[in-house]
Amino acid sequence: METSGTTVKSEEVDKNGEPLLYLSVPQIKIRSFGQLSRMLYIAKNMKLKEAQACIEANRNPVAKILGLDYNIISEEIGNSFVSNILDKITKDDDSESEIKMKIALQLKQLDLHLLNHSLKHISLEIRLNPGTVKNDIELLKQFSGKGKQTVLESIEYTSDYEFSNGCRAPPWRQIKGEICYVLVKPHDAETLCVTCSKEGVFLNGGKTDDEGQINYERKGEIYKDLVTLLKEKSAIFSENMSKQEIKFSEQPQKDQPNEAPKEEVAITHKASVTSRKSTQEKNRINLGRSQLTKRLEPSLNWRTSVSSKESRNTLRDTQVEKHGGKLEKSRSSVSPGRAQLIRKSVEKIEEIISDSSSESEEDEEQPDHRQEANADLPSEYWQIQKLVKYLKGGNQTATVIALCSMKDFNLAQETCQLAIRDVGGLEVLINLLETDEVKCKIGSLKILKEISHNPQIRRNIVDLGGLPVMVNILDSPHKSLKCLAAETIANVAKFRRARRVVRRHGGITKLVALLDCGKHSGEPAQSSLYETRDVEVARCGALALWSCSKSYANKEAIRKAGGIPLLARLLKTSHENMLIPVVGTLQECASEENYRAAIKAERIIENLVKNLNSENEQLQEHCAMAIYQCAEDEETRDLVRLHGGLKPLASLLNNTDNKERLAAVTGAIWKCSISKENVTKFREYKAIETLVGLLTDQPEEVLVNVVGALGECCQEHENRVIIRRCGGIQPLVNLLVGINQALLVNVTKAVGACAVEPESMMIIDRLDGVRLLWSLLKNPHPDVKASAAWALCPCIQNAKDAGEMVRSFVGGLELVVNLLKSDNKEVLASVCAVITNIAKDQENLAVITDHGVVPLLSKLANTNNDKLRRHLAETISRCCMWGRNRVAFGEHKAVAPLVRYLKSNDTNVHRATAQALYQLSEDADNCVTMHENGAVKTSFSKYQPMVCVITKPCEHGSRAIGNYIENIRHPGDKSKSFADHNKTVT
Amino acid sequence: MDQKVLKRLVESISKSVNSFKKSEIECFIRIFHNVVGRGDVKLANVGLDRNTFRVILHSIFGMTDDVLMNRVFFAFDKDNDNYINVKEWVKGLSVFLRGTFEEKLKFCFEVYYFNGDGYISRERIYDMLKNSLHQQSPEEETDEGIRELVDIALKKMDYDNDGRISFADFEKAVKEDRLLLEVFGPCLPDAKVQWQQRIGLGEIFKDLKRNPC
Repeated sequence: METSGTTVKSEEVDKNGEPLLYLSVPQIKIRSFGQLSRMLYIAKNMKLKEAQACIEANRNPVAKILGLDYNIISEEIGNSFVSNILDKITKDDDSESEIKMKIALQLKQLDLHLLNHSLKHISLEIRLNPGTVKNDIELLKQFSGKGKQTVLESIEYTSDYEFSNGCRAPPWRQIKGEICYVLVKPHDAETLCVTCSKEGVFLNGGKTDDEGQINYERKGEIYKDLVTLLKEKSAIFSENMSKQEIKFSEQPQKDQPNEAPKEEVAITHKASVTSRKSTQEKNRINLGRSQLTKRLEPSLNWRTSVSSKESRNTLRDTQVEKHGGKLEKSRSSVSPGRAQLIRKSVEKIEEIISDSSSESEEDEEQPDHRQEANADLPSEYWQIQKLVKYLKGGNQTATVIALCSMKDFNLAQETCQLAIRDVGGLEVLINLLETDEVKCKIGSLKILKEISHNPQIRRNIVDLGGLPVMVNILDSPHKSLKCLAAETIANVAKFRRARRVVRRHGGITKLVALLDCGKHSGEPAQSSLYETRDVEVARCGALALWSCSKSYANKEAIRKAGGIPLLARLLKTSHENMLIPVVGTLQECASEENYRAAIKAERIIENLVKNLNSENEQLQEHCAMAIYQCAEDEETRDLVRLHGGLKPLASLLNNTDNKERLAAVTGAIWKCSISKENVTKFREYKAIETLVGLLTDQPEEVLVNVVGALGECCQEHENRVIIRRCGGIQPLVNLLVGINQALLVNVTKAVGACAVEPESMMIIDRLDGVRLLWSLLKNPHPDVKASAAWALCPCIQNAKDAGEMVRSFVGGLELVVNLLKSDNKEVLASVCAVITNIAKDQENLAVITDHGVVPLLSKLANTNNDKLRRHLAETISRCCMWGRNRVAFGEHKAVAPLVRYLKSNDTNVHRATAQALYQLSEDADNCVTMHENGAVKTSFSKYQPMVCVITKPCEHGSRAIGNYIENIRHPGDKSKSFADHNKTVT
Repeated sequence: MDQKVLKRLVESISKSVNSFKKSEIECFIRIFHNVVGRGDVKLANVGLDRNTFRVILHSIFGMTDDVLMNRVFFAFDKDNDNYINVKEWVKGLSVFLRGTFEEKLKFCFEVYYFNGDGYISRERIYDMLKNSLHQQSPEEETDEGIRELVDIALKKMDYDNDGRISFADFEKAVKEDRLLLEVFGPCLPDAKVQWQQRIGLGEIFKDLKRNPC
């Protein structure tokens, strides 16, 4: 080595005389592998860093080492280039390029080796992604179900919606790497709620009862995938899984690809499992298939061999079969895109399965009533089979004859409906819809319309892709075709998946367009043979929309398609047949806010009211239902009154035979009676007396509304008297023992409202109503708790010997105090109100103090909820009256937050707070705290105008402020500024 | 063509045909005239022969069945002279295109029972349906299939169970289900034409050469 100044040169030089190593800070140049390895050796611990820097500085080492010719080799895998160079070598007989070539090949090998090596490592720590998770779940789904052979009872996603990235978790959870949540029911354990995230799979806190939210918190270990987790959690799963695996390994694995392309390595494991499983699946399917074909030609053999369970699965099997076929195809093509293909087909499967899972939520899957194994097939079966043969093999004429003849069977009878399906008639009928023959289409639709009353047939029609075809027919120029198609859609779209299909194929827009038909009144005098009237078209459209409107997205679609004004116009007709589906649709849609606004804007209420006077019970029911939905809005309530809707409602109360209608009518009355003017009207019409009469012997749906209405009426003294006079209190109190939450909320409210009258209170007390209310504080539902607590307040206020009564409830006071631990604001506010009333009795105040009411109340002090603030402040001021509670509130830091209540905009809060502060200020320490928190300043600068406000309605309040200022000044002489403030007030 | 003759002809025909306007009748006469193609001969004495008429039925009304086209010809040809004269032409078309339900009912029945005794017999039905199954199975089986189809049709329509279909049977069955109007094969303009004639009669004949309308 030669050293000179800052440079170091090696003694070795290459053939051009350049030194092989040349170091000139901060650069180092090396020209041979020997020097390079020596250099790295010297670097010792820094070896890795040096090598890294070396590679970073030389982006294209091959070209540098071997010359640009060889650059191509590293990029092109094609052998032609290599052979080119080999040619060159042999021609030139150049030893140098031969060496170069050798090096190049060795480098390439090294490259490959390195890649393989690192892949091995990477594949070990590969993290989960949505694709693999989905894959796993789909496979498990196929192997779950009832029976001992399956690995699981069920496995379901918690959410049907899949984001475009394949995740199902809500976006804010996706950030945390969570992919989806799955509910798994193993054979031998409770349902598990599992989170699949990129880190792995773990149990989460499960679904919480209300609102179906998921508690996302992790509750267990993280497993590397779903199968591992389930093996851990369920013995049967792991046992059956291993059985399945044995079966798989018995399958010939002829298609296992050896030359797995590099990019597939990561998923090779999963993919091969898929293909193996699919082979297995296929065998099962073939079994199902052979039965299917047999069924087309019934024989003695068929009758004995078919068992209900097998046939039940056939439809599903045929679906799966398609995918089986897909998998097969993708397996045979050995290409880098193979993995993608598999993933695609898995997605297809997933689509179907997620569909069927969603439908089971709504109409429960009915047991398949196929013919019993040994029962003789009815004669209809054979006749229908013959007819279907003509449908298949006949020309238009034969088809029409067969269709007309088929209609003569009792298509309302399930035997015939299922017979048509079982002989493959559904497929043919749907195929006919795609022909050009109007008569065939009409005939086919007439049959489909009838048999689609059967829920199973509906499903089959959807599975066979019948809906898109029918949706297309809605565009037909033939009105009768449109009608029939719409009517059939109305029947089929009774379940969610079907409704979605209708929407996705643009059916909603087309159906809404049908409503528009009535407009062109220039109808030709003699309509042609197979035609019907425009009104009929609109009616059928409305009928279909009615069915479709049960899905939220469809409601939106109807609105966007401009359906509301059209419905409003149709509502002006007088045909009952038309009005029922129109009102039905409106009633269904009125659950949406923007519909209610539109209903108001389109003057629909007027017509709804008008139709309440119709003769048709169903129409009355739907009108009342629509009013019930809309009358949440005050303006709408007024409209109902202005259009004279209250009287028909009141008179409909007298007919109690039709319970559905009664429920709708009482519901409408309930919502309407939220407005005082309406209540006055109802009193005029003697509706209150009638409502009291409905308190007994009615179904719960009616009772909820009746009691709700009475609860609203009870807000007025006059009505309370009426209810008492009619003997309404006893049945109301009797209802306090129910279990229906909605009913309990309304009953407690009504009883509470009655208890405002001391005379009524006596009755309630005699009937032990207070005890019943009190026990409702234990109800699990927060709404019931809160409502019961509110009802207790007037009871305690108006009861004779209230203190004694309250004490008589064993454990009652402790129960109330413990409710302060609730996290529901409404419950808290109501319980505070109850405690305020309880604390009026010194002895009870002492008891609740012993139960630790002070710390619990203090804990609540930090809240922004004005309702809670008000009642809390009232309670605190009441509780200050006992022992050293004042001091205790100070110790539990309740004072400072209370001072901040003065910044609220609510007068009631101010009044209550002022009183509480007054009570608290009798303790010197509290005064200091108040002062420190700027109570005086707040109360004057911000509160000054309030003082004037309060003075008028509540002497007590202003006096309280005065008093508390008095108290605060006494120990707090320190502040001059305060005195100035005080002067300005006085 | 002589305007006066034409006018008189229109007048006389319009007395018995209510469903067409006079201008429309005139239009049909012109079409007839063109199709017959002999302007010099007096219209009352000439007529469409069976082949010409069949061409019209096929190309304009979309009919394909030879047997039925012949029968439609005979249904048009009221006086059985093997020619359709201008009056029969217009009258026939009025039923064809604008006929009331009853008229069409009668027309179809006529086509189906053709020259019989006022009943559609089992044999006739067999004749009309014999081509209605796609030939896929052996001859005998197809034959058997058609016999069964005839049975089905009779079961459906023969209300008085006398093994044949009377006009009363036919009327009752069709009134119950209008699809049965052309039960034994298409003998009325197909639905497409029905639709076109809403737009205008001329539209139907637009394919015809030298359409005068």
